Amino acid sequence: MEFLVVQFLTGLASAASLFLAASGLSIIFGVTRIVNFAHGAFYMLGAYVAVTLTEWWDGPLGFWGGVLVAAIAVAVLGALTEVSLLRRIYRAPELFQLLATFGLTLMMQDIVLLVWGPVDLIGPRAPGFKGAVQILGQQVPSYELFLIVLGPAVLAVLWLLFHRTRWGVLVRAATQDRDMVAALGVNQKWLFTSVFALGIFLAALGGALQLPREAASHNMDLRIIVEVFVVVVIGGLGSVTGAFLAAVIVSELNAFGILILPKISLVLVFIVMAAVLVVRPWGLLGRKEAAPRQVLGATIHPWRPLSQPQRLALAAVLALAACLPFVSGNYLLTVGSEILIFILFAQSLQLLMTVGGLASFGHAAYFGLGSYGAALAAKSLGLPMGIALLAGPVLALAGAFIFGWFSVRLAGVYFAMLTLAFAQIAWSIAFQWVDVTGGDNGILGVWPAALVGTPARFYWFAFVVTVAGVFCLRALTFSPFGYALRAARDSELRAEAIGIDRRRVQLTAFMIAGSFAGIAGALFAYLKGSVFPETLAIPYSVDALVMVLLGGVETVSGAVVGAIVYKALAIWLMSETEMSKLVLGAVIVAIVVLSPKGIVGYLSDIARRTPWLAAWSNKA
Amino acid sequence: MKLAVSNLEARYGPAQILFDVSFTVGDGEVVALLGRNGAGKSTTLRSIIGLVADRSGGIEFQGEDISKLRTHEIARRGLGWVPEDRRIFTELTVLENLEVGRQPPRAGAPTWTADKLFALFPNLAEMRQRLGDRMSGGEQQMLTIARTLMGNPALVLLDEPSEGLAPKIVEQMAAAILAMKREGLALVISEQNLRFARLISDRAVIIEKGRVRYAGTMAELAANPEIRDAYLAV
Repeated sequence: MEFLVVQFLTGLASAASLFLAASGLSIIFGVTRIVNFAHGAFYMLGAYVAVTLTEWWDGPLGFWGGVLVAAIAVAVLGALTEVSLLRRIYRAPELFQLLATFGLTLMMQDIVLLVWGPVDLIGPRAPGFKGAVQILGQQVPSYELFLIVLGPAVLAVLWLLFHRTRWGVLVRAATQDRDMVAALGVNQKWLFTSVFALGIFLAALGGALQLPREAASHNMDLRIIVEVFVVVVIGGLGSVTGAFLAAVIVSELNAFGILILPKISLVLVFIVMAAVLVVRPWGLLGRKEAAPRQVLGATIHPWRPLSQPQRLALAAVLALAACLPFVSGNYLLTVGSEILIFILFAQSLQLLMTVGGLASFGHAAYFGLGSYGAALAAKSLGLPMGIALLAGPVLALAGAFIFGWFSVRLAGVYFAMLTLAFAQIAWSIAFQWVDVTGGDNGILGVWPAALVGTPARFYWFAFVVTVAGVFCLRALTFSPFGYALRAARDSELRAEAIGIDRRRVQLTAFMIAGSFAGIAGALFAYLKGSVFPETLAIPYSVDALVMVLLGGVETVSGAVVGAIVYKALAIWLMSETEMSKLVLGAVIVAIVVLSPKGIVGYLSDIARRTPWLAAWSNKA
Repeated sequence: MKLAVSNLEARYGPAQILFDVSFTVGDGEVVALLGRNGAGKSTTLRSIIGLVADRSGGIEFQGEDISKLRTHEIARRGLGWVPEDRRIFTELTVLENLEVGRQPPRAGAPTWTADKLFALFPNLAEMRQRLGDRMSGGEQQMLTIARTLMGNPALVLLDEPSEGLAPKIVEQMAAAILAMKREGLALVISEQNLRFARLISDRAVIIEKGRVRYAGTMAELAANPEIRDAYLAV
């Protein structure tokens, strides 16, 4: 009994930092409509800056002053980010904003590595809160009690700020109707900047206050952002009180989940989140969001299947690609196979994103499930490659059905956050369930059958599978199912009025996209000969998103070009520079700001404006 | 001269909505912008306040060119706008809604306080702490007007103030507008309801398919049934 009380108090203490970060994200979203992926990076930065400042300055003032100054300094950095980057993309589709802020996260990871080095940094204890307090005969660190009080105190201060100051009233008004606030003479620019700075301040403060409990480390950013996403999905985006409630729920679930399901404690959070979403799709205290202002994938240029001359050109390119094994060595062939696999992976996401208008931030879940399905079938069940290759997509399909069933109930940023959270859950299962998945050690020795056992043969095999897969996905786009999917994307009401069941169509698309990602994942397992939890993790999901974006989110299969360019660039960068994340992050930010239409979108625009090219490609 | 609009054009994407719209509003004058649904009345007002991004032409307010300014800069110069769809902040109380509109008093324009506005709209006085989404349509309409007046504007653009209101509320609305005029406020009121417009306006400008078709005093328009039938009859 006593132990349970202490465990409960530990949960409450953990809730404080989580609440600070989540409320910051919620406040920023409420006004700017941007889901700030970089929030976790600012949280991490808060912790690192506080480590340095508290080392510089001595005494009680040194610690508390250091924590506060760190949060303020990071908030200033946040304000600069808002002014220089976010102001340019406020009117862009949500996906672009998520990606740009993810790009920032990548850059920040390398910068932190550069400044503070690779080692985890242990911060100081909090002066005045170094001891422990006896509660029911158990020792509870007094700093935990401080955090337990801090959470509600911050909630109260925020409430007063939003209800008792003119600034707060303006922010709440702007949350509802930005144009109207401007028409009443309020300069939104500075309102947005100040809101963003406040949100970042809260995140950085949350990070800095964690120091006495845990060391500053390089995976803080992604770990907290996933938890924050789960919190705001449960609590409701834009609601500070909802963020508080949900932070307490999630933290308690984590505290007690370890006791009930020590191996896979995150599953408990997942079950609760799923239950909340079924009962209240917009979170405990959230409001239904208006439809997104800009539909993803919609274009003013109608899509058409390839014309006769375009098909001939494509056939020539394919013939050339098929000849690669005759002219290149094994390394290049392995790179080629990897690119082919990512083409299929990216194209499967393109179906979901462009045709379906559903930007999944966790598509790697199905890629990874495909890998694990194939690897488990081959290693644990001893099945031959032919059957194991099928087991991959089957597992991915099952995962896509379960996760998709919940995800298609939501749209826009909620959909993106939910798919990300699901992928993270799949990752944590692969990571924690060591008996089955081998955990961090992965599954090794997944070797292809002799028939495709050489790099050249494997390349050809991947080539055939990918070409067939991309062909199927394109054919689906131009099938009645593809039209129904686009109808559901463009107008849910009108689609339903002509008898299209939006959820069913979108769930089907989700399962199809998941299965094709699973095929790619299964191939990937055989290409690498091994499977690790990383295949399910956020970076793989974002890779796929960037490929689609780079190719062109308004095109049918720009992802093919995007995958080739991005994968080749990434492999080359890895060999050339230590700071590959910094460069990659900068590339992502640059694409979003400078060329949101992507390579294929840009080229088709040129083709449409060039008379002889347009005439040539329009020939039947 | 309070406001001079000259050769105003406006577009939404590829569609041009306004063609060469010109009119003026004198000090303390009430001008009715008349026309059928979709004629371009709201777009004219939205262009003046700077909410239509793709606009061109001259807009001069109290002698200053405001055609290139951003919306909040225009509002800060004393030009108020009351949208047709009410757009009050439903999750704010009546007093908080007024607070959002508050700006310092300015020379050459009537000064309003919350108490003065509660005298003008007695219904609102009884619901200071009520949330916006707990109010009737008429009360919301009065709150939007009061909220704009809190900015102490020199001129107010009123978009279809009588639309969708019960006849009794329309009467109250007309009385309030006349009271605003007595304070010395200049107004541009877009209307489809000619009878309502006649109660409150000095001059009329008729818009049809994005072009000005008629401009004259309200009395002349009343004496000219052909124009009324051509542009205003349903």
